[in-house]
Amino acid sequence: MFWKKQNCFVLFLLGKQGGIDRLINNRNDPAGYASYNRRVRKRGIQMKSNVLHSQAQEAGIFSAYHRPEFFCELMNRGEELPEALRQVQERLAHFDIKELRYRTANAETQLYRLGITFTVYTDREAIDRVLPFDVIPRVLTAEEWAFIERGVQQRVKAINMFLWDIYHDRKILQDGLIPADLVLKNANYCQAMVGVDVPGGVYVHINGTDLIRDRSGRFLVLEDNARTPSGVSYVIENRHMMLRLMPDLASGVPLRSVEDYGLRLHRALCDVAPEGVENPQVVLLSPGIYNSAYFEHVFLAREMGVPLVEGRDLLVENHHVYMRTVAGLRPVHSIYRRIDDAFLDPLAFNPESLLGVPGLVEAYRRGNVTIANALGTGVADDKAVYAYMPRIIKYYLNEEPILGSVETHICAEPEGLAFTLANLERLVVKPVGESGGYGLLIGPHATESELEDFRQRLQDNPSNYISQPVIDLSVSPTLCDAGVEARHVDLRPFALTGKSTWVLPGGLSRVALRKGSLVVNSSQGGGSKDTWVMSV
Amino acid sequence: MTQLSPTSNGMLSNLNTLLSRYAESMMWLARYMERIENLARLIEVTEAFVRGPDGKTVWETIVQINSDEERFQALHPAATEQDYIQFYITDLANPSSIKGMANAVRENARSARPLISTEMWMHLNVFTRWVLDLDPSDIRRTGLSALCNRIKQECQTHTGVTEGTLYRDQAWLFYLLGRHLERSDQITRLIDTRYHTLLPCEEEVGSEIDTTQWASVLRSAAAYHAFRRLQPVTTTPANVVGFLLKNEGFPRSLALNLRQTDTVLAALSAHYNLRRQNYAIQERLSELRATLEDQTAEEIIIRGLHEYMHWIQNQIEAIQSEVAAAYWPPVERLHLSECHGEQ
Repeated sequence: MFWKKQNCFVLFLLGKQGGIDRLINNRNDPAGYASYNRRVRKRGIQMKSNVLHSQAQEAGIFSAYHRPEFFCELMNRGEELPEALRQVQERLAHFDIKELRYRTANAETQLYRLGITFTVYTDREAIDRVLPFDVIPRVLTAEEWAFIERGVQQRVKAINMFLWDIYHDRKILQDGLIPADLVLKNANYCQAMVGVDVPGGVYVHINGTDLIRDRSGRFLVLEDNARTPSGVSYVIENRHMMLRLMPDLASGVPLRSVEDYGLRLHRALCDVAPEGVENPQVVLLSPGIYNSAYFEHVFLAREMGVPLVEGRDLLVENHHVYMRTVAGLRPVHSIYRRIDDAFLDPLAFNPESLLGVPGLVEAYRRGNVTIANALGTGVADDKAVYAYMPRIIKYYLNEEPILGSVETHICAEPEGLAFTLANLERLVVKPVGESGGYGLLIGPHATESELEDFRQRLQDNPSNYISQPVIDLSVSPTLCDAGVEARHVDLRPFALTGKSTWVLPGGLSRVALRKGSLVVNSSQGGGSKDTWVMSV
Repeated sequence: MTQLSPTSNGMLSNLNTLLSRYAESMMWLARYMERIENLARLIEVTEAFVRGPDGKTVWETIVQINSDEERFQALHPAATEQDYIQFYITDLANPSSIKGMANAVRENARSARPLISTEMWMHLNVFTRWVLDLDPSDIRRTGLSALCNRIKQECQTHTGVTEGTLYRDQAWLFYLLGRHLERSDQITRLIDTRYHTLLPCEEEVGSEIDTTQWASVLRSAAAYHAFRRLQPVTTTPANVVGFLLKNEGFPRSLALNLRQTDTVLAALSAHYNLRRQNYAIQERLSELRATLEDQTAEEIIIRGLHEYMHWIQNQIEAIQSEVAAAYWPPVERLHLSECHGEQ
């Protein structure tokens, strides 16, 4: 769940430290970016805090906006503001701050009443929480979006080819591109998937790619979410909320619509239904009303117009899946599951699971039902495998990755280890093993003895670690207690893959509402913004 | 009743896909909302009008209607007025309290949320949250009567929102089934309990007695003014019982609700091809309706009102069980032969 991201990626704010540009331009950066990225990189270096400001920036709600050094989505792009953004910025500037606060309060009341909430359980009660909504949208130009879209499509394609390969011929392992143990001994590697031919070769039907922008505005992949990415309902509900609350801001702006996600999702699930089924019955499998993301499950089932089922509504007979209806059993062909692998089928995995359906995995292996996403996709969004993603893309597609990765040094490799040891005080070092309990080292914040301790650990067991530079996340103007201030944001676009890959124009923009914070998780003061993709 | 027919938009393949669990949730959602409305009305009327010979409010009636005698007695051996009110409004541990039922409504509404309209959900979400947050001090502050009125109105708002926004398919029919069965059950419980408090000896059946008390029975069923319009002169026990059981125009009478239950079952049979599932249920219902039509109120009273009310309650319970067995049977009783779809 996006509000409970397990591997909280550490991106610390270093302020005015030098050396960051050198780190960004390091050896793991693929050389040939698309022209867009090259241009961005060129201008990024000269970015200073007071570049370019028009009359509008000084006016109204932005009058006290402190332009930080970071790339600001709306106020400081290191170049003349694109026309589409300038228009939005000007309109925003004329709003009254009290009016914005009033509308914000209104938004939260509405979200609560509508039950667009996630549920937090304590021992005694269930508390419905609203994901705070910021009324200032995050805007992406048509050009930026085209770039992201191609990048996400490329990445999803490579991930699907990688998954096919590791569950069939394992060529990439034989070619030594990625250590075999990292894949085959991965906790998320699913033995039951070996040799299974999934329809269309699609493993990851629904993918969420977490993107950040560095101080030059370059998009970097922070992580892939290839299991059961969540948050898409907020993309659409945020838009609805925006249009209700700020019709005067959105009016006449050439916005790409986010309305057809449900239809596209349904179509993708029909695309991959077992062969020969004419009108496939699609269902959404949810853990039930007590799941904290239940609202999203309801939302998606409704948008697709398919039943939301729980494990107890399904039943397997003769390796076919059926649902229990008032007219008896009805066959089910495609299951969009929002339950983790381990709980899907008590016969195949966790025998204690009451959420799953006994016999489901065997029915799936026989090709009688399609499960989306496939089982065992967790290998692809693993933290250690992430480090190899640029190579994986190149290996299968013979293309340079369009989207950059956060530069990652693999300590299992001598070069990576040497670099990490030499630059320890500037890096974040993370254990790759699935037990993240070891904790991380944040170089700039570590004491001399902590650094020494990690040097030792790295030398003792180098393959357990990766290291990354600290990134200055981009910011976006956000309505805060003290006025409109800069807050860090990320972006999760959602990609659907059936016969082809389609990316929802926009994505979930999460914002760290606490000053200086880089943590966008809702449990730690995170909120969200409507993401506007301009059509021109 | 046009609202019972399915819309003809060519979506035939989807006609029989209502999940069993959804049907169950819709039925119970309706039943609990009806029950909350009835209880709120009963508490309000009891406080104002139901008095014993000593002039004190007779709260025991509510305990009897809900068949809670044993449980309540064990919890509150020397019950005060506050005990009764809290037990039936704010005690979450009591499943027949307003709070307990609001909790059940909330769970069923969440379960059926993919089906019900956004307006229905929004109203239920806010309403149930409000009830679940009520505590005894709210009752003291607002006043019991005002609080019950608000609850009643929220239930009626729900009924209106549902009528105006819920899509007319099987889910709607199961919702109606719940509503009409619950109203049938509630009216028999009300008559049974109050009749025996007010009129322990059968000899007085035809005589005119304490009008205030009988009026309170009518008020408890929101029937007072309708009854007045029909029976301007005499308020006899037989008249009141006859009105509540047999009147075809009063929305909470037994006769009307049984007829509507029958209409709903017929719609499920005819439009959704569920004749086989309905057979036993419709048989039982026909018999029930026949016994009601064949007797006058006086005959019912003379032959034993209590026994008859008790029998009807058993029949309604049996119908509920038969509906459950037909539409949401336990897994082990399902067979592939019942599969109606093509592979």
